[in-house]
Amino acid sequence: MDTLAALAGGFATALTPTHLLFAFVGCFLGTAVGVLPGIGPALTVALLLPITFQVPATSAFILFAGVYYGAMYGGSTTSILLNTPGESATIITALEGHRMARAGRAGPALATAAIGSFVAGTIATLALTFAAPVVVELALKLGPAEYFSLMVVAFVAVSAVLGASALRGLACLFLGLLLGIVGVDLQTGQPRFTFGMIEFLDGIEVTIVAVGLFAVAETLHLATRRKHGEDEILPVQGSLWLSKSDWARSWKPWLRGACIGFPFGAIPAGGSELPTFLSYYMERKLSKNPGEFGHGAIEGVAGPEAANNASAAGVLMPMLTLGLPTSVTAAIMLSAFQSYGIQPGPMLFVTQGDLVWGLIASLYVGNVMLLILNLPLVGLWVKILKIPTPQLYAGILVFATIGSYGVSNSVIDLLVMYGVGIVGLFMKRYDFPVAPAVIGMILGPLAEQAFRQALTISQGDVTTFITRPISASFLVVALLLAFGPKLWSAWVATQQRARA
Amino acid sequence: MSLALGRRATLGAALAFPALGAAWAQQRFDSLFVFVPAAPGGGWDLTGRAIEQAARTAGLVGSFQFENVGGGGGMVGLPRFVNQRRGQANALIVGGSIMLGTGITGKSSVTVRDVPAIARLTSEAGVIVVPAASPYRDFAGLAAALKANPGAVPIGGSVAGGIDHVMLGLILKALGRSPRDASYVGFQAGGQNIAAVLGGQVQASISGYSEFSEQIKAGRLRALAISGETRLEGEGSDIPTLREQGVDVTLANWRGVFGAPGTTAAQQQALASLMGAIHATPQWKEILRTRAWADAFLAGEAFARFVEKDIADTEAVLKDLGLA
Repeated sequence: MDTLAALAGGFATALTPTHLLFAFVGCFLGTAVGVLPGIGPALTVALLLPITFQVPATSAFILFAGVYYGAMYGGSTTSILLNTPGESATIITALEGHRMARAGRAGPALATAAIGSFVAGTIATLALTFAAPVVVELALKLGPAEYFSLMVVAFVAVSAVLGASALRGLACLFLGLLLGIVGVDLQTGQPRFTFGMIEFLDGIEVTIVAVGLFAVAETLHLATRRKHGEDEILPVQGSLWLSKSDWARSWKPWLRGACIGFPFGAIPAGGSELPTFLSYYMERKLSKNPGEFGHGAIEGVAGPEAANNASAAGVLMPMLTLGLPTSVTAAIMLSAFQSYGIQPGPMLFVTQGDLVWGLIASLYVGNVMLLILNLPLVGLWVKILKIPTPQLYAGILVFATIGSYGVSNSVIDLLVMYGVGIVGLFMKRYDFPVAPAVIGMILGPLAEQAFRQALTISQGDVTTFITRPISASFLVVALLLAFGPKLWSAWVATQQRARA
Repeated sequence: MSLALGRRATLGAALAFPALGAAWAQQRFDSLFVFVPAAPGGGWDLTGRAIEQAARTAGLVGSFQFENVGGGGGMVGLPRFVNQRRGQANALIVGGSIMLGTGITGKSSVTVRDVPAIARLTSEAGVIVVPAASPYRDFAGLAAALKANPGAVPIGGSVAGGIDHVMLGLILKALGRSPRDASYVGFQAGGQNIAAVLGGQVQASISGYSEFSEQIKAGRLRALAISGETRLEGEGSDIPTLREQGVDVTLANWRGVFGAPGTTAAQQQALASLMGAIHATPQWKEILRTRAWADAFLAGEAFARFVEKDIADTEAVLKDLGLA
């Protein structure tokens, strides 16, 4: 009951006209930076940091939370319409979403993404309100050994995006793994695959590669194939709104996505990309018409979009309850707390109750605001597809270039982006799927570091992965996912034969 | 520290700034160019912005221009600053102890030695913590375990070769063990390191005091020793130094500013005296308080000597760790 009273107090703070305005500006800015490839919420919040000198803490955090949530909504828009993920968490959305857009179903794809984000965002915010301390304590029980086993589960889930040929898919996955380990190794401090270039010491930014593989490669591909009259995007057909069957196919993925995404946000090494892979895998396996996947299945948009929004709320949980940043954006928000002389930590709910509950209440408000902001925009966004292809893609290149340069003011980043784009062109031309490369790049370093951290802690004892119960259960789940369906169908077949 | 009070005081101070600005001191520079070799939002960036905030409200500098180039622990930005700002009298680059290590391990051709030292501003001592439930009640307990078998005591921190790793290396050396025997677990962001020690995944952890301060206050982590020359003042003053406990190791993560190469001694002196004037403003004191940064002001020749010694020390430890 205390929670409810505190939350009510929070709403009283969040619903004042000034704070509503801050929430609106935040949501709007967030949506805009989400749409721009390369520029993410972390950079935006960092650039807004000087505002902390001017306005009270509550207003600033309501603004930042709006940016953070807004970016999660906005990122999906370009993924769906232009096959250009604005954020790494919306890469998976591009897989099915862009197929839907090509088939003239951009409207429903955007709508299911927006409503799914709202549903999952709200569920996750509810969970944040009532379960935060419990979930965070559970997340602390996970150590490097558990993370590694969790990555094994994720690698099994990657099989869902490998495409028609497992060999080609795996080749791309390994390309991604290779790109992922560029930079200084955490465990030894030694640079790997940097070719003596200081610019590569911090590794290669995932968004740079994603923009290269998706946006640049797509543009080059269209430029080379245009004379052949291929790859024309169909004009938007039918209703922009979800049909009855779209609703029926979307609601379960929304709920499942929310359940997968939320806990991942709380895990210090979780990130928002991982749950989107797992959600996509799950939807593909559970779908009644798996054949549609790869050709524009609405479940493949609804699930991952819900998952990435839920994880965004999840990230706030360890930040508010323990002062632990589990994403770059959260880390920058923490430094904003400090510029108010507030030290976020286990005591934050006690010492800064008004601020925290105002922030949580504004998350509810922001979610509603984003839904209201985004649904009417669907009609506007799909008009983008009416722009003639050459002009449209020239525009995408410009935005991709500005966005990627803006991240770190680095020309090397641009060279990498265009270099990767050319590689991506050939991958497209010869039918290699690009998603596994990006996923490999995200999972590879996480899995590798977790593996080595776990072994350092266990003094080289490999059995640590099976003697720790949570780690062992993850490995069992991975085994079941990998071999379960085959064993099950084999068993069913033998049963039928026995009956016959 | 009362947090609620602290916040109100900050707000009050923020409101009072424009009023203070009316009493303008003499303007020293029309404009100042501040180069931050790190992404917005980090410690160096905040140091740069704090200089702006204090200097502008006191009217010491007319306008500020910032450039952020992150990457490689400052080693991506530093060469760019050196190449593009040669001889520019009103250019500053923010930097600190982290640059020394990355310059050495990365075998960079441009190092901190290439930019004239202007002033050290803040420093933060490292602290070694264990989870509340740890069997190590004090530093002596942990030291005994480390002495017996360093490999059996996994200790977390930031990237290998970073300042946390250097601190562990120095401690092991002082205890008579080889720094290479350590079970050092490098974590990506600060958050992961805190989570690992809170959850008991590693037996102990090393980081700057502010990373752990809230967890220490809440009783979830126990601070065993601090790496400063003296104890902290105020909050955390009950944590003994390593030296007090018979381990002759002092280390601090300092931040400061450097000038452009090719500037004259007089131009560098002007920047140093500007930093001195900024350091003397009430705004700067207020920022140090809200950010919980320890004042470590040291300017000109003394600072240059300090940097030289720090480079030599860091090099020696990194050699012992097998990283240089």
